[in-house]
Amino acid sequence: MSSELISKLFLKHFNNPHLAELTDSAQLDIRNSKLAYTTDSYVVDPIFFPGGNIGKLAICGTINDLCVSGARPLYLSVGFILEEGFPIKDLEEIVRSMALEAQNAGVEIVCGDTKVVNRGKCDKIFINTSGIGVIDNKHNDLNRGKNIQPGDKIIVNGYLGDHGIAVLGAREELNFKTLIDSDCASLNSLISDILNTSNQIRFMRDITRGGLSTILCEIVDEKEFGIEINELAIPVRDEVKGVCELLGFDPLYIANEGKVLIVAGSEDADKIMSVLKRQPYGIHSEIIGEIVEDHHGKVILNTEIGGRRIIDKLTGEQLPRIC
Amino acid sequence: MKHIAEYRNLKLVKGLLDAIREASTKEISLMEVCGGHTMAIQKFGIPSLLPENIKLLSGPGCPVCVTDIRFIDKAIALSHQQDVIIATYGDLIRVPGSSSSLELELANGHHIQIVYSLLNALEIARQNPAKKVVFLAIGFETTAPATGATVLSAAKEEINNFFILSAHKIMPPALQAIINHGVKINGYICPGHVSTITGTDMYQPIVEKYKLGCVVSGFEPTDILWSILRLVKQFEGNTPKVENAYPRAVKPGGNLKAKWIMERVFLLEDTWWRGFGIIKESGLTLKPEFAHFDADLRFDIEVEETKEAKGCICGEILKGLKTPKECPLFRMVCHPTNPIGACMVSNEGACHAYYRFGG
Repeated sequence: MSSELISKLFLKHFNNPHLAELTDSAQLDIRNSKLAYTTDSYVVDPIFFPGGNIGKLAICGTINDLCVSGARPLYLSVGFILEEGFPIKDLEEIVRSMALEAQNAGVEIVCGDTKVVNRGKCDKIFINTSGIGVIDNKHNDLNRGKNIQPGDKIIVNGYLGDHGIAVLGAREELNFKTLIDSDCASLNSLISDILNTSNQIRFMRDITRGGLSTILCEIVDEKEFGIEINELAIPVRDEVKGVCELLGFDPLYIANEGKVLIVAGSEDADKIMSVLKRQPYGIHSEIIGEIVEDHHGKVILNTEIGGRRIIDKLTGEQLPRIC
Repeated sequence: MKHIAEYRNLKLVKGLLDAIREASTKEISLMEVCGGHTMAIQKFGIPSLLPENIKLLSGPGCPVCVTDIRFIDKAIALSHQQDVIIATYGDLIRVPGSSSSLELELANGHHIQIVYSLLNALEIARQNPAKKVVFLAIGFETTAPATGATVLSAAKEEINNFFILSAHKIMPPALQAIINHGVKINGYICPGHVSTITGTDMYQPIVEKYKLGCVVSGFEPTDILWSILRLVKQFEGNTPKVENAYPRAVKPGGNLKAKWIMERVFLLEDTWWRGFGIIKESGLTLKPEFAHFDADLRFDIEVEETKEAKGCICGEILKGLKTPKECPLFRMVCHPTNPIGACMVSNEGACHAYYRFGG
């Protein structure tokens, strides 16, 4: 059974010379390069949702983790844990979309593993991906944000909250349907473009679980600067706002899978924005705020009615309002 | 009309703030009773826009916050019973009981299911005929009709494995209790969603007995500011009255069908409110003809002695006597990932709102 899976499914879709050797390890020739290495596991429910599936998520998520560190993603591993009885046609659809995503991103899936567990021991399918990329020394501090300073601008590459709402809508128990698709996407081309445009990019992070607010809070945590964000500048689709109003959710805390937060020197902000807006996944980019000298360690939101309030980290899960 | 942007129009907001500043000459304290109002006020940053002489106090309108510890302990005891599935709204699982919480009991393997609506809970009962499904029914007049309607459906279908553990409460007695407990306020921002069910007449006794203005408010910034303006004008002119500032959702007579369901299914009883103790005729219990759905009557359980968390001042916060910032545990020990009291757990709790939005 597993040799059939390998030859008729995985090799068929993930086809490349490294994987085709079917050795216990892929041997990769990466000389004189600093490597970035990451891993993540995916257990999303439901496994199919508008705009993607667990497989696409697994590829994009790991590619994006490498990219926001300033790395050029090269190779991925993929591990599947399948619940006994998981339909092969569903697996094929997932694998096909993973292959397509990897191909579009110019990344090879060079090794993998599959385990089948008894019914009830996992929820349909879990996927782990790990990824290797090469990183230029000048991008060493991109993930750490050591050079962030007052005056720097904060940029996001488009609408927030799409993924979280798309997945929520696909769950049966909430009984609502939307036309929102997940924003799940590989951002390597977009990030590579802006890194080639400017050397004033101080920090990048992909905006996943916990949403925008959580990352902003992490940036200022125990730092000698603060952040001010303008609510009117934050791009959120009307449909997402509507669902959030109904359920009592805050879009600033909702997960995304194709969004990056960029902190950049103010002199290059406009240049970076022009490059972003020419990218398919950056058309709706916005400068949403800036790093400030005041209120150290805090994120302040200028609300849409001219008020001010603090933004804090997400604690626990957002739950629908009761009344 | 999208009913969002229109009520957040900057020009309107500024106009209302100017009018409030012009009308308000005296110190005034207003209580927003509803947790949804507390959240909206903090979320939009309204306190940062009001003149300093206007104070907003958060009241006991958060159903999770006012649910007493014994209710949680009962739910925990029920979850230990064989073949029982506890169905609950999500917020309730994090509320600390005397020695545990539903979240901890879930981690210990007891069958506790988060549901997003009562209908989910009833469906669980239909799909699991060998199990007994107990729904933890909390909330005010906004949610009680849904519980009532579900009980009527279950009765019609003769579903015999579905139960309600009711902690439903009604608002008017709490509004009186706040004043009787010595809280000094000059008007009520009355709950919007409760009033869609009840109508506005029930606030008239507050006006007559305590000479306090009662303005029913919506949840958008201009709704809240308009309500504050109306209360300021009433106070300045000493003309307290009931006003409906949410006419697009609230009718004077309320929702007749919902009110009928409540009267059909529930009786009033004296009940315990966190922070207040017993408030007479403020709780809803199932009528005798629906007693077979009442988990309080149908299960013989031992409930541990109630123990309040040391240092927690949720009670005073719920009455508006203190703000979360005056609690020594706030932020230091008590925060959403480690809530000491219910006010920090719920999205509508004052402490949670102050924590998230900076109060």
